[in-house]
Amino acid sequence: MRINKHGLLAYIGRRLASTIPVMLIVALFVFSLLYIAPGDPAVIIAGDQATPENIEKIRATLGLERPFVVRFGEWLWAVMQGDLGTSIFTNQPVTQLIAQRVEPTLSLMVVTLLLVLTIAVPMGVLAAWKAGKWVDRVVMVVAVLGFSVPVFVVGYLLAYCFSVQLNWLPVQGYTPLSEGIWPWFRSLILPSASLGFVYMALIARITRTAMLEVLTQDYVKTARSKGLGEPKVLFVHALKNASVPIITVVGIGVALLIGGAVVTESVFVLPGIGRLTVDAIMQRDYAVIQGVVLVFSLAYVLINLGIDVLYTLVDPRIRY
Amino acid sequence: MPLLSVENLRTHFRTADGILRAVDGVSFTVNAGETVAIVGESGCGKSVTANSILRLIPESIGKIAGRIVFEGRDLLGLPIKQMRQIRGNEISMIFQEPMTSLNPVLTIGYQLSETLRLHQGLTAAQALARSVEMLTLVGIPEPAKRVRQYPHQLSGGMRQRVMIALALACSPKLLIADEPTTALDVTIQAQILELMHELKSSAGAAILIITHDLGVVAEIADRVIVMYAGRKVEEAPVEKLFRTPQHPYTQGLLDAAPKLGASLKNSEGRLSEIPGMVPSPKETIVGCSFAARCARVSQRCREVVPSLEPKSADHFVACHHAI
Amino acid sequence: MSATPTPIYSGPIEQGDLFPAARKSRGFLALIRRHPTIALGSALLFVILILAIFAPYLWTVDPNALSPAHRGRPPSLRNWFGTDLFGRDLYSRVLYGARVSLAIGFSVAVMSSIVGLVLGLISGFIRWTDAIIMRVMDGLMSIPPILLAIALMALMQGSIINVFVSITIAEIPRVARLVRSVVLSLREQPYIDGAIAAGTTTPMIIWRHVLPNAIAPLIVQATYVCASAMILEAILSFIGAGTPPSLPSWGTIMSDGRAVWQIKPYIILFPAAFLSLTILAVNLLGDGLRDALDPRMAKRF
Repeated sequence: MRINKHGLLAYIGRRLASTIPVMLIVALFVFSLLYIAPGDPAVIIAGDQATPENIEKIRATLGLERPFVVRFGEWLWAVMQGDLGTSIFTNQPVTQLIAQRVEPTLSLMVVTLLLVLTIAVPMGVLAAWKAGKWVDRVVMVVAVLGFSVPVFVVGYLLAYCFSVQLNWLPVQGYTPLSEGIWPWFRSLILPSASLGFVYMALIARITRTAMLEVLTQDYVKTARSKGLGEPKVLFVHALKNASVPIITVVGIGVALLIGGAVVTESVFVLPGIGRLTVDAIMQRDYAVIQGVVLVFSLAYVLINLGIDVLYTLVDPRIRY
Repeated sequence: MPLLSVENLRTHFRTADGILRAVDGVSFTVNAGETVAIVGESGCGKSVTANSILRLIPESIGKIAGRIVFEGRDLLGLPIKQMRQIRGNEISMIFQEPMTSLNPVLTIGYQLSETLRLHQGLTAAQALARSVEMLTLVGIPEPAKRVRQYPHQLSGGMRQRVMIALALACSPKLLIADEPTTALDVTIQAQILELMHELKSSAGAAILIITHDLGVVAEIADRVIVMYAGRKVEEAPVEKLFRTPQHPYTQGLLDAAPKLGASLKNSEGRLSEIPGMVPSPKETIVGCSFAARCARVSQRCREVVPSLEPKSADHFVACHHAI
Repeated sequence: MSATPTPIYSGPIEQGDLFPAARKSRGFLALIRRHPTIALGSALLFVILILAIFAPYLWTVDPNALSPAHRGRPPSLRNWFGTDLFGRDLYSRVLYGARVSLAIGFSVAVMSSIVGLVLGLISGFIRWTDAIIMRVMDGLMSIPPILLAIALMALMQGSIINVFVSITIAEIPRVARLVRSVVLSLREQPYIDGAIAAGTTTPMIIWRHVLPNAIAPLIVQATYVCASAMILEAILSFIGAGTPPSLPSWGTIMSDGRAVWQIKPYIILFPAAFLSLTILAVNLLGDGLRDALDPRMAKRF
C-alpha cells in the first residue's frame, strides 16, 4: 500500500497548525472563567477556609491591576513551558500532581478501548448480518441499555456482582504495571468494563449502521458470487469499508472515556487524574482544575488528529 | 445433457404492498459452449433470474423455488457450503456496474488472488503471478502495475475487464453476464463484447447474457429468450428471432430499434413504440400480461394465460395469436 | 440495490405464492406495534413525570426530614426504600429527586436548542460570523463535557440554576453545529437561490425553508441532549459539585450512600434504578423519533 508520505506529513502539519487556535480558545476560556464567574477571584481561589491575609496574598499574586491581556500572556507562556501553576491546597506544582497520576488513568483508558473494540465491533457486525432477526434485536436492546445506564451505576452493579458477591475481582484499588501484567490487568477489568459499557453501546450501534449500509453495496454481492465464505465477506470486504464512520465515533467517544474516567476512578478508588479532579472540586482548588482541563483537552484534540491519519490507512481513496 | 437446466423458476419478494412475483415460472436450458441471451425491458425479471441461479438473493428478502439443475445437481437443494464451491469456480458472474462492483478498499491484485487461492489452492505468490497473467489476457496494459492499484484508479472499461478476469480466473463452465455493457461507452462496449467472445472460444465456457440491448444480442448470442413481466414469452435461435419473431412483444421490440436511413420525411420516419406501459405493481393481471398493450388482443387473451407452445423444433412462443 | 427489482407484477398474496399471508394492520395498536420504541419511551417517561409532579401526594414525607433513630434501615413497610445514613426516607427522596433530574433534563434540552438554533442560524447565514462562532464552538467541544461542567461549577455556588447554566453551556456547541450544517446544506439547494431571486427576505426563508428542515433533527438531538444533561447532572451531584444538599437529586442520594454501599446497597440501588429507567425512556423516545422522522432509516421489507 503506497501512502503519499509527503502529502500526509503536510496534512499533519496543517492540522497541528489548526489545533493552535482551538487550544487558544480553550486556554482563554479556562483562564478567563475565573474572572467571569460571579464573586471576587481572589476569594474563590483562596477557598472556603481562607483568612483575610490569604486572600490579600493571593490578590497580590494575581496582580489584578494589570491589564487582562498581559496576565493572559504571562499565564499562557508559563503553560507552554510546562508550568500549570500551583495547587492551592497541597502547594505542589500542578504538573507534578498530574504526572504522578497519569499511569492509572492512561491504563484505564487503554484497557477500556481494547475491551470495547474487541467486543463491540463483532457485536455490531453480528447484528447487521442477522438484521431483523432476534440476535439483532437483542444486540440493539443491550446497546440502548448501554448508554442509558450511567457509568457509576454500571460500576456499582458490576462491582456488587463480581466483587462483593462472587469475590472474583478486587472491589477497588489499582495495581501498577510494575507489579506484573496480570495483577495490573485484573485490577482494571471491572473499571474498564463499567467505563466501556457506554462506549460499547455506541460502537456496536455505529458498526451495525455502517455495516447495514455497506452490505447493500454491489461489491458485497460480487464477493459472495466468487464463493467466499461469510466471515471473509463480513470482516474483510464489508468491515473495511464500514471502518470510516466507526473510527470517527471511536474518536468522538474518547471524550466520553475522559469524562467517565472521572467517575469510574471515584467508584473504584483508582489514584488517577479523575480522582485528582474530584478532590480538587471538593476543595475548590481551581489551579488543579485548570490544569486538568487543559491537559485533557489537548489530549482529546491530538487523539482526533490521530484518528484522521488513521482514515488514510483504512480507505485508500482518502489522501491528503 | 444440457449444462444448465432451469425448471419452473419462481422468485418472489415480500414488499409492503404485497408479493412481488419477479420471476413467475421460467424454464430454459443452456448447453455447453452456447451463448444464450435473455432480453426484455427493465423490470421484466431477467436480472433476478440471473441472480437466482447463483442464489445471490438474501433469504430475508426473497424466496426462490423450482429446480436449477447444473451438471446433474439441483443447485436450489445444495447446502450453502457446496454452493460456495460452485460460485466463482464452475459458475461465475459479472455485473452491470463496474464502478461499484469492485471493492474500493482492496487492491485489484487482492481481489483477483482471492478466488484463485480459494478455489485452486494457490499460494499468495502463485496467485499474484496468475492474476497478472489474467490481466494481460483481458487486455489491460501494464498489468504488473495495475495489480497493486485500487479500483478508483482505473477507468470504467478497465474495471469491467478486471471483472471479466475475475470471473474467468478459475475457468468456469458457465459465465453469467448481467448487463455487462450497459454502463459503458459504446466504443468500449464493442471491445468488451469482442473480448468475451474471444475468451469464450478459447475457454470453452457457456455464456448466459442478460441484456435489454438487441444490438448486443445480435452480436453475440446463439439463442435468445424474451421475457415479459416475469415470464418467458418467446425463445428461438438468434437468426429466427430477428427474421421471424412470433410474439407481438418481440415484434414491438424489434420495431422500436432505430433504423439506419430513417428520417421524418420517409415512411420509416417515426420511431415506433409499444403503446402503454409495463404493468403497475399494484395491478393484479388476469390472462396474458401483455394484453393491455397488444395490437392483436382478443377477449381470450384477457381471460386465459397463454402457455408456451412450440412453433417449430427450436422456436417457442406464448401467445394466443402468434404472428 | 441491484438485487431489488423494479416492481412489475405484484398484488395481494395468492395461493402458490412463496410467502405466507401478512396482515395489514390499522389503528392505534398498529401504531404502537410499528413504533414500539416511541410508545415504550413515552409511557415510561409519563409514569416518572407523574411520580415527580405528584410526589407530595404519593405517601411521601419531607425528603429532608432527619430521623436519627432510623438510620440506615433496609427497605421495610415503614420506609419502602429504606432510609439513608441520616435517617431520611429514601422513597421520598427518590421521588422528589425525580423533579430535579426531569427539570434539568427538559430545561437544558429546551434552552440549549434555542440558543444553539440561534447561533447555528447566525453562523450559517452571516458569513463573517461563521469563522468566529465555529472556532469558539470547536474550542468548547474540545473540552470533554463533564470537565467543562466541573470547571464552571467550581467557580459558582452549588445551586440548581448554576447546574442548569453549566450543563446548558456544555450542550450548546453540538446543537449549534447541527443547525449550522442544516443551514449550509440548504443554501446549496437551487430552490433557495430561486427564493432569494424572487425577493424573499431572509427571515421568510428561515421561516419557510430552514425551520421545517431543521425541526426534525433538532427534536431528535434535543432528546439526546436531555439524556446527556440528566447524566451530567447526576455525575456532578455524585462528585459533590451539583445541587446543594437541601435539594436532593438522584446523584446526591447515591453519593450519600457511597461509603457503605457494600453493606447497604439499597441506598445506591433505588436512585440508580430510577435514573437508568428515566434515561432509558428518553433514549428510546429519541431513537423512536429518529426512526420515524428519517425515512431512510425506516426498516425495509
